[in-house]
Amino acid sequence: MRTAYWFNATSLSHRSNTANHIFPLNQTNSTPLVEIDDVNFAYGKRPILKGISLKVQRGKVVAIMGGSGCGKTTLLRLIGGQLRASQGRIMVDGQDVGTLDADAMYAMRRKMGMLFQFGALFTDMTVFDNVAFQLREHTDLPEDMIRDLVLMKLDAVGLRGTAKFFPSELSGGMARRVALARAVALDPMLIMYDEPFAGLDPISLAVVGQTIRRLNDALGATSIVVTHDVVESMQIVDYLYFVSEGRIVGQGTPDEIRASTEPFIKQFVHAEADGPTPFHYPAKSYADDLGLTLPKGAA
Amino acid sequence: MINAVRSLGRRGIETLWRGGVMARFFWLVITSSTMSFRRFSLTIREIYFAGVMSLVIIMVSGLFVGMVLGLQGFETLQKYGAEETMGVLVALSLVRELGPVVSALLFASRAGSAITAEIGLMKATEQLKAMDMMAIDPIARVVAPRFWAGVISMPLLAALFSAMGIFGGYVVGVALIDIDPGVFWSNMQAAVDFRYDVLNGFVKSIVFGIAISIIATFEGFDAEPTAEGVSRATTRTVVTSALTVLLLDLVLTAFMLRGVH
Repeated sequence: MRTAYWFNATSLSHRSNTANHIFPLNQTNSTPLVEIDDVNFAYGKRPILKGISLKVQRGKVVAIMGGSGCGKTTLLRLIGGQLRASQGRIMVDGQDVGTLDADAMYAMRRKMGMLFQFGALFTDMTVFDNVAFQLREHTDLPEDMIRDLVLMKLDAVGLRGTAKFFPSELSGGMARRVALARAVALDPMLIMYDEPFAGLDPISLAVVGQTIRRLNDALGATSIVVTHDVVESMQIVDYLYFVSEGRIVGQGTPDEIRASTEPFIKQFVHAEADGPTPFHYPAKSYADDLGLTLPKGAA
Repeated sequence: MINAVRSLGRRGIETLWRGGVMARFFWLVITSSTMSFRRFSLTIREIYFAGVMSLVIIMVSGLFVGMVLGLQGFETLQKYGAEETMGVLVALSLVRELGPVVSALLFASRAGSAITAEIGLMKATEQLKAMDMMAIDPIARVVAPRFWAGVISMPLLAALFSAMGIFGGYVVGVALIDIDPGVFWSNMQAAVDFRYDVLNGFVKSIVFGIAISIIATFEGFDAEPTAEGVSRATTRTVVTSALTVLLLDLVLTAFMLRGVH
């Protein structure tokens, strides 16, 4: 199914802040790029997301935060169409991801970039070939132009000098930045980051954080960062959503989040061990587990 | 007792289900093969890794198997005064059976396991997911070229195995046992039929190539994305391929001999 596009002069008022994206007829840059409406998802019988709704405005960097296993990565995979919601609707750039066939899904993914938690670089290719991969697969650009584009992307993440290295020769932070360069190789309109700060030292963490913000603004893209790193993400994002037990439990700008008295947000932002998210995973009583019997008359 | 029957039933259903998934996977690979031929360099690269890198083990094994066949054959044939037909024994054994079967078993161990491990590790490190997110079909880009590389390599390796084996038989028969080289070659030429021996061996090796390649790629693609999962998938590739090759050999031989008589 193809969408009609405006090609006349009036289309200029309906372009996003990225010069290279022309939006469909029914869209303006004031509509959210990603709109998730009452989405449920379960792995088998285990529910992961329970009625999640959120919006990601164009040009913004939005963080989705929450503890491990709360469904953040699942949410990214639903937006990217790698999973299908059991209920609800996910709209990306005006298209319902759940109804797209394989060809339409791949056409949409060409407008997306994704940074995986550990980079997911192709280990049998050099850094240069990793970044060039999508350009070679999806375009007919001549090799010298691909070379210029790849070096430009690598320069943007500060790793032009590693073009000939293999992924095994890079540190964790460098691999993450190369993966970032690869994710933006086709100048996507939506960039998704799955735990981009996990396992990085403070310097690499700051570099990756700043690069995410800088690339988003330079490309005029929209970014969704799934993370549990409160400090770093508060510095680079425009808006945050908090997910707990498959539900959105709080949202706001970084300033609103800092001032929030919502128990879960307070516990998460201030890293408190106990609170709405209990320290102990639900279990039968400790005495029962140890096989202890209480003396008669004891309460 | 009930539990044993239940467990047997569950295993049976699981095996059947897995067979069905593999059949669907096979169909998906076939329908996603356009890229493997349109961009043949992808397949050539995999032929290098699966085929060329298996040359040493195939050729050395072929040589030794041929030499052993020569020695064993001479031992038996001389009892009947037929040692001059040793070349025929070596050639027919190799071209009809040992060439396709032994080279398939070696190919499954050397290349099949490597294909499974490579695809399994790509899955475990999310490289396949990343490719899918880049709107590049991993079946077309990763699986199909490896599948076709296996199918193309297998008959060539089997032919080389047989050729080296015949050379091994020649070394033993002519150089060590002193059979007349003219007799060795002319008996072989007279007894080996192109249609029923060489072509049937070729058909067998293609069928084995298809079986091993689909098992290896499927096991890699279906592997649990952990170190243990990849290791188990690699083992499954070798075991399943070996059993499948031997079973298919029995079936194909039965059909081929039926064609002769």
